[in-house]
This record gives sequence, structure tokens and C-alpha cells, in this order.
Amino acid sequence: MSPDHPTPDPRVLDPAASLRAGVRAVLPITVGMAPFGLIVGIAATDAGLGLAEAVGFSVVVLAGAAQLASLDLIGRDAPILVVVATALIINLRMLMYSASLAPELAHLSRARRLLGAYWLVDQTYAVSIVRFNNVEVAPVDRWWFYVGSALPLWVVWQLTTVLGVLVGGAVPDAIPLGFALPLAFLSLLVPTLTERPAVIAALTAAVVAVVAAPLPANAGMPLAALAGILVGWVVAPRQVAS
Amino acid sequence: MSRVTVAWIVIAVVGLGTYLVRASFLAVADRVAQVPERWRTPLRLIPPAVLAALVAPAVLRPEGELVLLGPRVFAGVIALGVALWTRSILATIVVGLAAVIGLEILLG
Repeated sequence: MSPDHPTPDPRVLDPAASLRAGVRAVLPITVGMAPFGLIVGIAATDAGLGLAEAVGFSVVVLAGAAQLASLDLIGRDAPILVVVATALIINLRMLMYSASLAPELAHLSRARRLLGAYWLVDQTYAVSIVRFNNVEVAPVDRWWFYVGSALPLWVVWQLTTVLGVLVGGAVPDAIPLGFALPLAFLSLLVPTLTERPAVIAALTAAVVAVVAAPLPANAGMPLAALAGILVGWVVAPRQVAS
Repeated sequence: MSRVTVAWIVIAVVGLGTYLVRASFLAVADRVAQVPERWRTPLRLIPPAVLAALVAPAVLRPEGELVLLGPRVFAGVIALGVALWTRSILATIVVGLAAVIGLEILLG
């Protein structure tokens, strides 16, 4: 296999058109994500941090849910190890995105795959995998479609983070922005519940997380996630066999 | 240690760790054409398990105590309905926040 071959498709695919197709596909999601960026900026101020730290998180970590959870824990002076472990466990779901996209992007050069990995967020993954798996539409240059679906999110994420820091204090306390985090998780959770093992994994993790919540060092969360994965894994083969 | 120092350590470690997670399979995509069969199921189960483990305590134990019939539970159920119906992150957050504000005024 030649990793530098631009595309497996024999037709010549237009990079500019592919880039535009990626931008068009991601724009509605980008608009929907903007308030989330504001919340991340506000959360940084609430945690007693400044513009530099907020932008540092948004550029280097580039993952809303993990950023919000980190900022919440930093604001409550949790131990660094707890903050890091929580954020990394939240981002472990990207392992699945990476595994799922890898065969679709295997033809790209290693440099492009390693650069593309930086932009691998929920929305870029969702938009790209849907397009790459859809055989009824014209094929696109996958690299440029991926870049097109990543850049608007990246730009809006940074801008709204800055805006959130600047307007942070102006948001009334009556709005429980902290509840936005579980709500965002909920809306990411729903599309993953496509089959029975996933539903069983989610229900197991939910019950264990609620029961184990009082454990020190936020240990209940990783424990619950692990329990959910194991129980879902145990029931999964029977599903296939039946 | 100041919170700013803590924040930069977290940014560096979580940033690097998250990048490694993102790069994992993409980095070796040319050598491993397909993810081995036996790893597919647990990989697929990571997102639902992690996300459910994050949502459930925030809804059912908002202040640490178990609350089965509180504003957050009702708001969570409404938000779940919106998420199922619209599949929109924004709609779920907006309706869920509006519901929790309204219910806290009504029930609180």
C-alpha cells in the first residue's frame, strides 16, 4: 500500500470543492456549538483563570466536555491527578473516533493523518464518517473534506472562548450554566445508543456512577465507565449469536 | 500551587494525552488496515459508558444527595426527549437549562 497516494478513487477529485463541501456540512453544527464555546470561556473566569488559560485550553485540549470538567474541578481546587484523569477519561471516546476513521483515511500521508488527529472532535468525526460512508453522494477528496469540516469549528471555538472570558461576569447567576455540561453529554450520549449492548453499557455505567458518586477522588466515574464497558461487552456476543 | 499553575499543567498533560488518543489508530492506519475484530465492541462501548457515567450523577445527585424527584431529574427527562427528537446539542442545552430554571422557580 502506498501511503502517499492522494486518493483511492480513480477520478480526479477537486480539493477546493471538497473543502467547500466539508465547510457546508459542518456549518449548522458550528452555529450550534458557539454557545458551548461561550460557556467554556465563562467557566474559565468562574474558576479564577484568565484569558491566556482559557485560550490555552481551547487551542491545546480542543475538547469542550473535558475542558468544562477540568475547569470545574480546578475551580474547586481538586488535586491535579483527579483533574487530569477525569479529562482524559472523558476524551477516551476519541479512541473510537480514531479507530473508526483510520480505515477511511489510511491512504493519506502520515503527516496528514497526524495533523488531522489534532482536529478530531465529536462534530468533525460525525460529519466526516457520515460523508465517507455515504455511497449515494459523489466522492470527495477525503483530506480536504475533513479539513473543511474541522476549520470552522476550530475558528468558532477559539473566538467564542475569548468572547466567553470577556462577557463572563455579565451572565446572571440564575442561569445554572454548570448544568449545560451534563446536558451536552446527554446530547452526545443519545446517538450512541444504537444497539442493545450500548444501552446496557450506558444503564450500567449510570447506576454505578450514581451509587459510587461519594467515593473520593472522583473515582466513581472511571469505575462506572469501566463497569459499563465490561457489562456491555459480556452481553454483546449473545446479541450477535442470536 | 496557584490555580494558574495547576491550569497550565492540566493543559499540557491533558493536551498531550488527548492528542495521543486522537492519533492512536490514525497514526498506524497504513499498517493496520482494520481494527482487530475483538476490540471493536469495547471501543464502541466507550462513548455510551463514559457519557452515561457523567450525566447520571449530575442529574440524580446534583448536590451530592440522591434526589429522585427534583428539578434536575425532570429537566433531564425533558432534555432527553429533546435530544432524542432533535439530535441537536444546542436545543438540548437550551431547553434543558430553561427547564431547570423554570422548575427550580416552580418547585423551589
